[in-house]
Amino acid sequence: MMSVKELNPELQSNLPGVSIEAGFDTNDLVVNIGPQHPSTHGVLRLVTTLNGEVVKEMEPVIGYLHRSKEKMGESRSLFQYQPTIDRVEYLSSFYDHLVFVNCIEQIADIPVPKRVEYIRVICLELNRITSHLLWFGTFLLDLGASTPFFWCFRDREEVFTIFENLTGARMMYNYFRFGGVNNDLPAGWLEEVRAFCNHFPDRLDEYEAVATKNPILMDRTKGHGIMTKEFCLKYGVTGPALRATGEALDLRKTNPYSVYNELDFDVPTHTGCDTYARYLVRVQEMRESIKIIKQCIDKIPGGDGGALAILKKEVEAKTKEAKKNPEIVVPHWDKDWDTMGKKINLLTYKPPAGEASNFVESPRGVLGCYIITDGTPKAYRIKWRGASFSNLSALPELMKGHMYSDLMAIFGSLDVIMPEVDR
Amino acid sequence: MNATASFEIPTLAQLLDPSFHLMKAIELWHQLPDIVPIFLTGVVLFGMVAVMGQAAAVVMVLMERKVLSWFTQRKGPNRVGPGGMFQTIADGVKLLTKEDIMTPVMDKFLFTLAPAIFLFPVFALYAIVPFSESLIGVSLPLGLLVLFALSSISVIGLVLAGWASNNKYSLLGGMRSAAQAISYEVPLILSVIGVVLFTGSGNLKTIIEAQSGGVLHWYGIMLTPLSFLLFYVASIAEVNRVPFDLPEAESELVSGYNTEYSGMKFATFFLAEYAGLFVLSALTVALFFGGYTSPFGGTFMQNYGVADAIVQAVKLPAIKPLLVNGEQIFWMLSKTYIFIYIAMLLRGTLPRLKPDQLMGFCWKFLIPLSLINLFMLGFAKQFSLSFLADGFAGSWVYLALAALVGIGGVGGFCHFIDRQFKAQVAARYHA
Repeated sequence: MMSVKELNPELQSNLPGVSIEAGFDTNDLVVNIGPQHPSTHGVLRLVTTLNGEVVKEMEPVIGYLHRSKEKMGESRSLFQYQPTIDRVEYLSSFYDHLVFVNCIEQIADIPVPKRVEYIRVICLELNRITSHLLWFGTFLLDLGASTPFFWCFRDREEVFTIFENLTGARMMYNYFRFGGVNNDLPAGWLEEVRAFCNHFPDRLDEYEAVATKNPILMDRTKGHGIMTKEFCLKYGVTGPALRATGEALDLRKTNPYSVYNELDFDVPTHTGCDTYARYLVRVQEMRESIKIIKQCIDKIPGGDGGALAILKKEVEAKTKEAKKNPEIVVPHWDKDWDTMGKKINLLTYKPPAGEASNFVESPRGVLGCYIITDGTPKAYRIKWRGASFSNLSALPELMKGHMYSDLMAIFGSLDVIMPEVDR
Repeated sequence: MNATASFEIPTLAQLLDPSFHLMKAIELWHQLPDIVPIFLTGVVLFGMVAVMGQAAAVVMVLMERKVLSWFTQRKGPNRVGPGGMFQTIADGVKLLTKEDIMTPVMDKFLFTLAPAIFLFPVFALYAIVPFSESLIGVSLPLGLLVLFALSSISVIGLVLAGWASNNKYSLLGGMRSAAQAISYEVPLILSVIGVVLFTGSGNLKTIIEAQSGGVLHWYGIMLTPLSFLLFYVASIAEVNRVPFDLPEAESELVSGYNTEYSGMKFATFFLAEYAGLFVLSALTVALFFGGYTSPFGGTFMQNYGVADAIVQAVKLPAIKPLLVNGEQIFWMLSKTYIFIYIAMLLRGTLPRLKPDQLMGFCWKFLIPLSLINLFMLGFAKQFSLSFLADGFAGSWVYLALAALVGIGGVGGFCHFIDRQFKAQVAARYHA
């Protein structure tokens, strides 16, 4: 039998051992957490130096999921590039689309009808709920509670079915277009959303009953992973993590885009600065999203898609006839009811030369996109700003001096998703 | 007089009577040399322990998966056999036929030895569990001592597994399990001493007989409910289950000490964990919930003459002990599975503790509390001995005292820990 030392002397240096000369001498343990690890949420590698169970140093190694998202945009037309945007941040891909589409709309000055804006906001807020639900489930799974994970996935699947009825896809939607959306709402879709909005808060109460006041959860999260406001600003941390420091930076309120200034909602903040505060802020955000969606359903110009589609057909037919016979009365059609602000042939679309940048409040923080166009169908340069990248960069300093077990709670509370980090 | 001389040709009526064959078999049994029954008993005992341990684990794995699936709005295993009944067996076959991977940097000998060391004491514990009056491997006068002696051996298996794997996650898992098992052994023992104090015996059978009066005589309900809670919490920690499953914390240590294990070696760990949960639940029942006696005292078979009625109906006096023992096994298993079910519900509900919280909970809370409890029990035993003649009235004295001092103590500790925690948080905020 060969001992470990004989086979590989280098291995021995990493194992904590007892050296007789220096008394009881313990070495630091360097642990490679990831890239394949159950709770790094993708392929993140954390080179961690442990002293016992206390983290001395941590170095995140990223790039395992790099797919050249920015370069891809320069080598293919906007139309070809659009479906791949979903993969920038696959848990809330409506947001990627919104930023991208808004940039082109700015450059080409394309008007966006009111109805489209409302449809977009409904999609965005539903997507925020799915994203936060996944976070809720995995965060608790990281803490060892397995049940909420399945519950959250049940609700997430319900929203995905709603998305599927609208866009035909459950996760990669490719639904927003320059100045509009791909198709109008199907008949009865708003009722589906309303039904979800009506029962979801009760479910959320149920989830919170299991988790929020659980003494183990509170012990593991309260007072851990303290990020002050200055700390957040130093690292560019945004989103719920920043709002958990009491700073109410939410682009929906501070720089209202789309129709957010017409909607009544609060920005949940907390002054705890710790993991628990970030947990509370996210749960509260789901409730606010429901509030926003309910208002959108009531306010959306044109209402449900079914009656509107019939009206649209009638208007189109009557308009044709009215050209021949001026006596025919064309029914009233509001510009706000359109689903495209401007007719564009996407296959050959060339935006004018220009540049634009756009930022929205994604579930993880500020998501930005910067595009330069040069009059060709391709973009000259595309730059993405993902919230996860900045949030992840704060982790090493945050983890110093914490227990190894706190890693999963603190890392989970940042809600980092690797495709957005690597892009 | 030789054997052939006493041989009589049986009549046809005798041949048709099953009880005649039974009597003959018993006669034959007594005529055998002494060594044969001892040897056979050993073989039967070993077989019983092995089969029961494995069968319990197989049932429990399926049960756990089903219970958790109900918890999480799923169907659970439903492909293999009716309602997924043979899923565990299929899994077992899969694990048996899987490749046994060992990396070259492992200490192969210890790596192979570790699962065996982990499994052996757990299975050996089955020998002291009284499933019924007669179905008990060995009825030792100090069965409880054997329990603690054996259950502290298995931790060596975990530490060895963690070390021999030469994997950092495994090593951390092994160290955690060592710290955990050693710490929680203390409240486990301290909580049982109360029972021993009142029964005056470490024999599990005697302890059960002392509680045979029905629900009101069960220690876990009337006499030492606090002891029961302490014992149950500590035993959950002993078998590394949620919320004390730190040695194999999936989200932190991948799979802890068994990260590098595959195939049947992994299955051995898996089996031993479930077998351990079964044994500790059974012991909880034996110590605090009347063991194999029914909630109404004794057994129905004996109390209401059911057994006699059946014996008369089928005309087989030999089956009377079978009937009584059968009912006792039924009560024992039902009660045991209730506690297993509670452990499964805990797994579905609670998050995991952190190592420092785990140790703090044990040393700052459980151990002082069990010492208070022990003091209370001693107090009750000493000063209300006359009330305790029937084992019931005195319990009220104890309960009243426990309510006053015990709850005060618990509240004090909670307050102390809370203040400590707040001070820590404040220190972090200011740092």
